[in-house]
Amino acid sequence: MSLTSFMGAIELGLVYSLLAFGTYISFRILNVADLTVDGSFVLGASVSAVFALGGRPVLGLILALLAGAIAGIITAALQTNMGIQPILAGILTMTGLYSVNLMVMGGRANIPLLNKESLFTYAEAVFGSSAYRVLTLILIVFSIFVILNWFFRTQLGLSIRATGDNESMCRASSVNTDFAKMVGFAISNSIVALSGALVAQMQQSADVNMGAGMVVISFASIIIGSVVIKNINITVGFISVIIGSVIYRFIIALILTTNFPPSYLKLISALVVVSALSVPSIKKKMEFRKLRSGRLKC
Amino acid sequence: MKKIVSIITIISIMFMLLVGCTTSAETNEADQDSQTSTESSKIKIGIIQPVEHPSLNQIREYIIKGLEEQGLADRVEITYRDAQGDPSNINTIISQFTGDKMDIIVPIGTGTAQSAAAATKETPVIFAAVSYPVEAGLVEDLSRPEGNVTGVSDAIDVKQIFDLAFEITPDIKTFGFVYNTGEVNSVAAVNKAKEYLDEKGINYVESTITNSSELMQAAQSLAAKSDAIFTPTDNTVASAMPVLASEAQKAGIPVYTGADSLVADGGFATVGIDYTVLGRQVAEMIKKVIEGESIENIPVETLKEYEKIINTSTAEQIGIEISDEALKEFKIVE
Repeated sequence: MSLTSFMGAIELGLVYSLLAFGTYISFRILNVADLTVDGSFVLGASVSAVFALGGRPVLGLILALLAGAIAGIITAALQTNMGIQPILAGILTMTGLYSVNLMVMGGRANIPLLNKESLFTYAEAVFGSSAYRVLTLILIVFSIFVILNWFFRTQLGLSIRATGDNESMCRASSVNTDFAKMVGFAISNSIVALSGALVAQMQQSADVNMGAGMVVISFASIIIGSVVIKNINITVGFISVIIGSVIYRFIIALILTTNFPPSYLKLISALVVVSALSVPSIKKKMEFRKLRSGRLKC
Repeated sequence: MKKIVSIITIISIMFMLLVGCTTSAETNEADQDSQTSTESSKIKIGIIQPVEHPSLNQIREYIIKGLEEQGLADRVEITYRDAQGDPSNINTIISQFTGDKMDIIVPIGTGTAQSAAAATKETPVIFAAVSYPVEAGLVEDLSRPEGNVTGVSDAIDVKQIFDLAFEITPDIKTFGFVYNTGEVNSVAAVNKAKEYLDEKGINYVESTITNSSELMQAAQSLAAKSDAIFTPTDNTVASAMPVLASEAQKAGIPVYTGADSLVADGGFATVGIDYTVLGRQVAEMIKKVIEGESIENIPVETLKEYEKIINTSTAEQIGIEISDEALKEFKIVE
């Protein structure tokens, strides 16, 4: 693997770790597999592209966060106020977002940003070095990490976590679980949208179909991360997500480096996720066996 | 700690397996699609394709074939990668290409071309099958590309298709368009079609779809409202073309299309693109770059040959008779 593709894998790992942060909040903290992600990722990308095209890339990133939050609130409202099943609510929002994304992009399916100003061109001017993309992404991912880490220890953050752990008990202790969910989904999708927004500015184009498979990518990152580092608390949880996302990109990059028939790529990525998923269970079984054979004294 | 060790072990075992498979795969693949050689004197060409797709595969095959025909087979080393429909893989592939110091990058399709152009300002990028390079932001001027990007566009000649339609079926009062709003090329082609029909004072209606399962309903509603249907080189429509064809045949109206494969799948006629020609043209362009021509002297090309194609069994179904004399102009599919 050359240095460029090594850096490329780290860049992509970092930018998609934001996506995984978002999914971590809905999947691990709120305990709902939120499929809105495929749509809100593109929503972020299209909002950021439209503003970058108009010469306001940073404003685009901020508005992408906002737009993502709105998408999350809609999914949450479908679940809480209208009693639609969580998975279905996510799918519905995602489906609707397809048209919204096309509208945002002014009916075009693709917005090119080649030679347009973006956050990364600003960063290049500031950092100057060839590693400006990685440096920018490290800064962004670190600040989001710090903010999330702080937020999920506040009163509201704790009530969101409690809602995911045990909703009925939470309600019984007079927590407004509907509100907690709404805030949780809003934050989750706003970070997903930020990820999409950064991807668009980094690869200098936004495409209405770029969200395909984002849920899978983010789950893979979360799962690989949780295998590498045991999630003892939420701080470690978020760190594991970053590491998982970078490892996933390295695996993909390595698969692509080899002359493996490209048509096997999806199967291999599925196998990677399956093996990461099955490690904890295999280890548990092995420990159980040891216990039975009496070699492990507790 | 123990856990981390075990994970590292698992991952390394997986890679060993992977590498093991690779060596065996390489020998099989060597003849078909890539000539892997370690000689550094060879010119390294990286071809990237976004997804497995019959037309795109055909383009890639004919780029490689074209290079052989140009007598370059021994001088070039071709690496071919496919993102397998996952847009996030495109950047990984491109960064490997730039990292491996490819001499020429050949992206097939609009999205891959945009990623390649964004990734490098030095390495020549010769795209294939980007229908609207200016709209895609790849070049500002088709005739004089300024940066490191040029290529062969597969824009369909919308005017020629409609001229053909009015020639064979002159009674059309309303055209129906069906396409996926998410496909850049389709939207652009339909916009050109609208302009042309506005000029001619012909009405049109449109049905847009977002996936192929919606095609049947769109086709039925269009067939009721129009005298002929036009669909551009739309991948979503293409994947369910027989549905559109059978609905149109039931209603007895012709479907004019943007690509020959759509006619083969039951459409009526087109002035279409032959992807083998496209692949060869890209190969010729690669040769120019290898011979030291600078990109700005290589204008973006469109296809040199368009082919008139007609489906005679569809013609029979919808009751359109074409004289043997006229048929001579066409390539016929049944």
